[in-house]
Amino acid sequence: MLFKTLFKSRAEFLSYAALTLLLVVVLPVLLPVFRLNLFGKYLTYGFVGVGLVLLWGRCGILSLGQGVFFGIGGYCMAMFLKLEASDPITTKIQSTPGIPDFMDWNQLTHLPFFWEPFKHFPVALLAVVLVPTALAFCLGWAMFQRRVGGVYFAIITQAIALIISLGIDGNQGYTGGRNGITDLRTLLGWDIRSTSAQYILYFACVFFLLLCGLAAKYIINTRMGRVLVAIRDREDRVRFSGYDVALCRTFVFALAALISGVGGAFFVLQVGFMSPSLIGIVPSIEMVIFTAVGGRLSVVGAILGSLIVNLGKTTFSEAIPELWLFLMGGTFIAVVMFFPNGVAGLMEPGGWLSTKLEPFKAMLFGRSGPGSGAGNEVVEVVKNTSVSIAQTTEVTK
Amino acid sequence: MSKPADFLLSVESLGVSFDGFKAVDGFNFYLDRNRVHVIIGPNGAGKTTVLDLICGKTKATSGSIKFKDQEIRGLAEHKIVRAGIGRKFQNPSIYENLTVFENLEISHPKGRGVFGCLMFRRTEEVLGRIRAVAEDVALLELLDTEAGILSHGQKQWLEIGMLLMQDPELLMLDEPVAGMSVREREATAKLIKKISGQRSVIVIEHDMEFVKEIADRVTVMHLGKILAEGSMEHVQADPKVIEVYIGH
Repeated sequence: MLFKTLFKSRAEFLSYAALTLLLVVVLPVLLPVFRLNLFGKYLTYGFVGVGLVLLWGRCGILSLGQGVFFGIGGYCMAMFLKLEASDPITTKIQSTPGIPDFMDWNQLTHLPFFWEPFKHFPVALLAVVLVPTALAFCLGWAMFQRRVGGVYFAIITQAIALIISLGIDGNQGYTGGRNGITDLRTLLGWDIRSTSAQYILYFACVFFLLLCGLAAKYIINTRMGRVLVAIRDREDRVRFSGYDVALCRTFVFALAALISGVGGAFFVLQVGFMSPSLIGIVPSIEMVIFTAVGGRLSVVGAILGSLIVNLGKTTFSEAIPELWLFLMGGTFIAVVMFFPNGVAGLMEPGGWLSTKLEPFKAMLFGRSGPGSGAGNEVVEVVKNTSVSIAQTTEVTK
Repeated sequence: MSKPADFLLSVESLGVSFDGFKAVDGFNFYLDRNRVHVIIGPNGAGKTTVLDLICGKTKATSGSIKFKDQEIRGLAEHKIVRAGIGRKFQNPSIYENLTVFENLEISHPKGRGVFGCLMFRRTEEVLGRIRAVAEDVALLELLDTEAGILSHGQKQWLEIGMLLMQDPELLMLDEPVAGMSVREREATAKLIKKISGQRSVIVIEHDMEFVKEIADRVTVMHLGKILAEGSMEHVQADPKVIEVYIGH
């Protein structure tokens, strides 16, 4: 039952299984730990991508401020780690020992009140999940209630990204400013920079990413998923079918924020710092590009997209740094013009890759033709059961 | 004459103005249960606007709309739907990318909240309902067809089917037979007759033959106001109505 809700067809299951295999077995076996850690970092953007599949791909809401939620999740984790790294013994050379170094440089003499809760790990974990969600819920409700949508929504989210990154930037004493929160070393006394920790964090990141991916697939395949698509395509009809469109949109916006926040937390754990340069307008737009390249309708596609684009970014910006931005812009244009459903769209039945592979399939399996989707099966089942219902009523009459 | 409380819908001195232009003005309308009430009138008479006002798509500037004795003016659209009013639009408004089955399923009234949507299951009850409604609107053979490729008439029926899934007490149909063949019209008339056995229907239509066939009562609108009301024969004999339709 659950399986059928998660995977509508065999192809969907196989692609998710292949992704799992790639992330859990192939990459860790092939890559040295330094590269694996980089891939772990790329995958944290995959969280944002999964959220964008629901929000943008399915519900048609383009947010250019997902970096904000990624960043807030990250900051919540970073604040906890920073406080742990700032115990009075390590910071005894400061004029006020026991507070983070950047506060000391900015003449703060005690910990600001909103830092206090982050002394406790469970509170910090809860904040990673709740703060981005609550913020998105409030913002979303305010806008969707007023029927702000389309380009206007995109512009407002972009403005929010700018405001928040400038706000963090300009309050160095409270937030670490432009440098961000750096020098994070341990999590509950566990050195997160050791090789073993990097492996463990990579696998934890993959586990949660795949879990979020499954949750997204679950939602896509329930009635909620169909309502989201319906809102994207025919908002008025949904309203007159009795749904609260604003609430559905707010829900999916908040959910996308929650998933992005988890990604942010894993970013901090694997990379060891958080800064406003990771959450402003440019990174927020980059996140949309990852998703578009991978395929905004597909969970697997969005995760692959974050890997491909970031891998490209690392490779090309190492080799030819001045050309990288042009290359990324070009990729985005190519996606929009030639393959609007991204890499995932190319691999779908009927897509470019599958038509190329058709002859090989025919050779291997004797005959071609993709297996019928479970959607058709369901309708078959409906027909059969309803026929039998009809027959029973006939009999009872 | 029944007491006001017995009306399914009672609209009193309803009015709306768009930048000073009064599209609907001083509109009074009472609807009994299980009746088919047709609104006719020349283009721009305000017929569609009246439906928009009742279903909350347009906000009224004056007057009251009582449904089952509850004021519904000013409620959000989805709340009016949940109260039991269904609306079919002039152009078939269906989900083209979903199958006929999914179109009907999404209109099922169970689980319209966020968590209701997540928990919604295709139970026997739901499947039975979908089948029954599909049979009513002659789309049983096409359940797994994508709605976008249906013929125009079938789209109209599908939308009516979606409303029937909602099981409303009041159905509002805006030009349900526009673009239909004669045979399709006859079938639609039969369908509306059948529907009105358990619920009231307000229909906007231009086709007089069709109106004659289905209407229990007719309201003629002109320039945002009611010109005449009564049985079809009554309004057809009204000199004011003849004036409006033929006079210029």
